[in-house]
Amino acid sequence: MKRLLLLGVAPLALALTSTPAAAQSVAIVNAKLVIGDGSAPIDGGTVVVRDGKVVAAGRGVAVPANVETIDAGGRYVTPGIVAGFTRMGIIEVDGVEQTNDSSGGKSPFHAAIDIAPAVNPKTSSIPLNRAEGITRAIVAPDNDGSIFAGMGAVIDLGADRDAVTKPRAFQFMEYGEAGARAAGGSRPAAIAQFRNALAQVRDYSRNPGGYSDVGKEALLTRADAEALVPVVAGRMPLLVHVERASDILVLIDLKREFPALKIVLVGAAEGWTVAREIAAAGIPVIASALTDLPASFEQLSSTQSNVGRMKAAGVTVGIGMINDNEARQARLEKQYAGNLVALTKVPGATGLTWDAAFAAITSVTADAVGMGGEIGSLRPGRRGDVVIWSNDPLELDAAAMSVYIDGVKQPLTTRQELLRNRYMQPQEGALPKAYER
Amino acid sequence: MAIGFRASGWSFRIGGAVAAISLLSACATDGKANGPKSASASKDPAPGMGKGYAHDPFPSTYKAYPGTPTLLTNVTVFDGEGGSLTGGSVLFADGKIVAVGQNIAAPAGATVIDGTGKVVTPGIIDIHSHLGDYPSPGVQANSDGNEATGPVTADVWAEHSVWPQDPGFSRALVNGGVTTLQILPGSANLMGGRSVVIKNVYARTEQGMKFPGAPYGLKMACGENPKRVYGSKGRQPSTRMGNIAVDRQTWAKAAEYKRKWDKFETDGGDAPTRDIAMDTLRGVLSGEILVQNHCYRADEMAIVLDMAKEFGYHVGAFHHAVEAYKIGDLLKANGTCAAVWADWWGFKMESYDAISENLALLQNAGACAMIHSDDENGIQRLNQEVAKALAAGRRAGIQISDATAWEWLTINPAKALGIADKTGSLKPGKMADVVLWNGNPFSVYARPEKVWIDGAMLYDANNPKLRPVSDFELGQPGAGDTK
Repeated sequence: MKRLLLLGVAPLALALTSTPAAAQSVAIVNAKLVIGDGSAPIDGGTVVVRDGKVVAAGRGVAVPANVETIDAGGRYVTPGIVAGFTRMGIIEVDGVEQTNDSSGGKSPFHAAIDIAPAVNPKTSSIPLNRAEGITRAIVAPDNDGSIFAGMGAVIDLGADRDAVTKPRAFQFMEYGEAGARAAGGSRPAAIAQFRNALAQVRDYSRNPGGYSDVGKEALLTRADAEALVPVVAGRMPLLVHVERASDILVLIDLKREFPALKIVLVGAAEGWTVAREIAAAGIPVIASALTDLPASFEQLSSTQSNVGRMKAAGVTVGIGMINDNEARQARLEKQYAGNLVALTKVPGATGLTWDAAFAAITSVTADAVGMGGEIGSLRPGRRGDVVIWSNDPLELDAAAMSVYIDGVKQPLTTRQELLRNRYMQPQEGALPKAYER
Repeated sequence: MAIGFRASGWSFRIGGAVAAISLLSACATDGKANGPKSASASKDPAPGMGKGYAHDPFPSTYKAYPGTPTLLTNVTVFDGEGGSLTGGSVLFADGKIVAVGQNIAAPAGATVIDGTGKVVTPGIIDIHSHLGDYPSPGVQANSDGNEATGPVTADVWAEHSVWPQDPGFSRALVNGGVTTLQILPGSANLMGGRSVVIKNVYARTEQGMKFPGAPYGLKMACGENPKRVYGSKGRQPSTRMGNIAVDRQTWAKAAEYKRKWDKFETDGGDAPTRDIAMDTLRGVLSGEILVQNHCYRADEMAIVLDMAKEFGYHVGAFHHAVEAYKIGDLLKANGTCAAVWADWWGFKMESYDAISENLALLQNAGACAMIHSDDENGIQRLNQEVAKALAAGRRAGIQISDATAWEWLTINPAKALGIADKTGSLKPGKMADVVLWNGNPFSVYARPEKVWIDGAMLYDANNPKLRPVSDFELGQPGAGDTK
C-alpha cells in the first residue's frame, strides 16, 4: 500500500502545480468507484461529470465524446468528503480573536445570526482540507448567551470566491450542559427558553408587523423570531448539540410535541443507550466518532462503538467534528471513519463496514442537513465533487491526487507545502530563506 | 461557548481555586535561624554531595504484576530501535525481554501465542501527557494541572496532582498500547514544576504507578501562554522578552543556590536555607533533572538553547516543537530532542507554521524526534499519528522505514526521559513492555490485541476481564464496556 503511494508521487506533484481549469466536464474511467451511498466500491467503474453535475456513475457507463477522460488506473474514486459539523471558513486562528467569527459574543441577536457572510474562502483551513479531499462542509456558528447559536451554512472548499453552497441551511442550538449554561444555569431553563421562543415565533408568524421588538430586553428579538419561523415550520433543520441519554430523550419528546421540527442530534455520545428511541423518532445524528471518555457527566457511557451501535439500531448517523478542532481539522474525519472500521475486528465492539463508514462522511452528513439530493454522493444529478485517491481514502497514508468541485479541477497547493519546500534543507543557502519560494 | 480547550498545548486549563501561596516561605527550614549558632570553631560535618536533603521523598512503590514466560511466534517485529523482523519471535520472562529472533524455542512452561498476521512492538511511550492532573471528567474540581499563580512554580510536582483513577489511563492502554507516560504540569508558567514518569498500570496511589528509577523532569514553557497569563494580570512576563528575562533571573538565583548547597554538602557548616523550587532547579543544573520545554517557534528554541548554555544546563526535549523542522541542524548540534504532533496546527499564532513533515524533516536532519499527544484522545492513536507523519515524509521524498519510524514512538521518548536503558525497545534485559497488534499498527484498521507491562498481561481484547475499569467508572453507565 505504501509502495503504491510512492509510485503516486509524480502525478501528485503534477496536480499540485496545476491551476483550476474552467472546464466543468470530466469523465474518470477505470476507477475503484465509490458512490458514497453505502454501496460497495465498483471495480472498473466510470463517473461522468457534465457541466458541473454527475450525469452517470457505475460500471459500463458510456463516456460521451468531447469530454476530457482520465484513467484512474484502478484507484479509488469517490465523492468528496462532506465534513459533518465544523467551523471551517469562519476562523483563521482560534487564539486570535479578530479572526474568529464563530460566535456573536455580546450581540443582542442569537437565532438571527447568519454565518454565511463570515465565510472567507481564503481561510487557510480551506485549501488545506481541500488538498485532503474535503469538498464540502457543514459550518455552524457557536452559541453565546442563548441556546440558539444562529444559522449555519453548507460551504464548498473550491478555489474561488463563492464558498457558500447554501446559506441559512440550518439553525444550531445547544442543549445539555452548554445549553443549560447559556439559558441561565439549568436544563429546565433551557427548555423554558426553547418553549418560550416557539411561542413567540408563533406570535410573530401570526402578525409580523405587530410584533413589538423591545431590543436587548426582549426574550426574543424580532430578528430572532423571524429567523426561527422556518425552523418551527419544519423548513429548516434544527441541529441540536446534546450528549446525555436523558437529554436525548427530552428532545425526542419535544419532537413528538412539535412534529414539524426537523431535529438533528449533534454529538450524542450516549446515543447508543437510547438508539432504538432515536431510530423510532426518525431523528438523524451527526456524532463524534471516537469519543470514549467520560469527559463530562453527560457522556459517562461514551464508547467508540456509539456510532456502530446506533447504526445497527437503525439510526441514520454521520460523523462530525464536535468541539474537536472543528475550525481546521475536518480532514481527520477520514481517519475517524477508518477507526470505526477497525472496531469490527475488536471483540465486543461495534463498528461500521467500510462502505457505511465512507457514507458516514459523505452522503449521510449531506442528508442530515437535507442536502443529499445535491452533494455527498456520485448519484446522478449531484454536484461534481469527485476525488481520485492514491489508495484507500480511509487509510492513514492516503493522499488526494485530484480533487474536483462542481466539476472543476482544483489546485492542491497549501501554505504548509510551501513551508516544507523552503525547509527541506534547514540551513540558509546563498540568500536568506525569505528569498526561497 | 461550546468550544472546550482541552489540550494544554494550545491553550491551557487553569484551576479555579487559588490556594494560599505564602506557606512555602513560612515553612521552609531556615538553617541559619534555627540551627545552633556556631559559637565553637568546629563546623557541622559535610553530608556529602547530593545528601543535604532527600531527593526522593515520594518514592515509587510500583511492583510489576506476575506474568508467565511468553513466546510470540510468526510475528512481524518492530524492535523500537530501527530493527524489524518478519516471521519472527519474541520471548519474555520474569518481566524482561529474553530474546527476539527468527526461531526461538519455547522454554518449558511458556505460553506460546501464534501471532500470524500480527505485529509486535515495544509499548508506546508518550512523553507529554496530562492524564491524572487533567483527568476525566474534566470538571473544575479535578483541574489540577496548572499552578497559574506565578510564572515560576518550580516548587510544584505534577505527581502531587495525579489522580490515579483517571479513566484516561485505561483508554491509553487498550486503544493506544501506551505503557509509559510522562505527566507534566501545564504550560501557563515559565517553569511549571516537576514532571513524573509513570507506568500505565492502575494503582491505588500515584506512587504505585511511578516508574522506578526514572529521572524527574522540569516543565518549562516558552511563548504565548506564560506571557498571556501574566500579562493579563498586569505583571511580568507580558512579552517574549519578559519570558526570557524572568527565566534568566531565576536561573541566576538557582546557580547561587546550587553553589551554596554544593559547598555545604562538600564542606559542611551551616545548612543554607531550603527552597523547594530551587531544589528542582539545582537538580537541573546538576544534571539530575531533565528539562522538558514547551516551545513552538524555532527562534525561541534557539534562544532557549543559548540560555541553557549560559547557565550550564541541557534541554532534553522541546515539546510542541511545531517549528523544529526549521532548525533540525541546531537541535542535532545541541543534542536536544523535539516532541511534536503529526498535524495539529493553526489553533494559535505560534502553531501557525506546523507542517505534517516535521518528524520526517527532523529525522532527515539527524535530530532526535518523537511523537507526543498532550491529549487524552490523541494518546489513544499515537501509532496512527506517526503513520500520517511518515506518509507525509515519504510523499516529500524522504525515505524512512516503518521500523525507523517506530523509534518516534518508543526509543526516542525513552531517551528523552532518561529511561532508554530500561524500556523503549525489545532488547534482552529490558522491561517486557510489549504490544501485540492485530495488524500493522501503521494502518488505521489495527488495534492492540494484547498489552504486557513488565511481562504481565494487562490487556487482552479477547478477555473482558482484562479491561481495566477505574474506581470512577465502576458502577457508572458503560462500565466495563469496550471503549
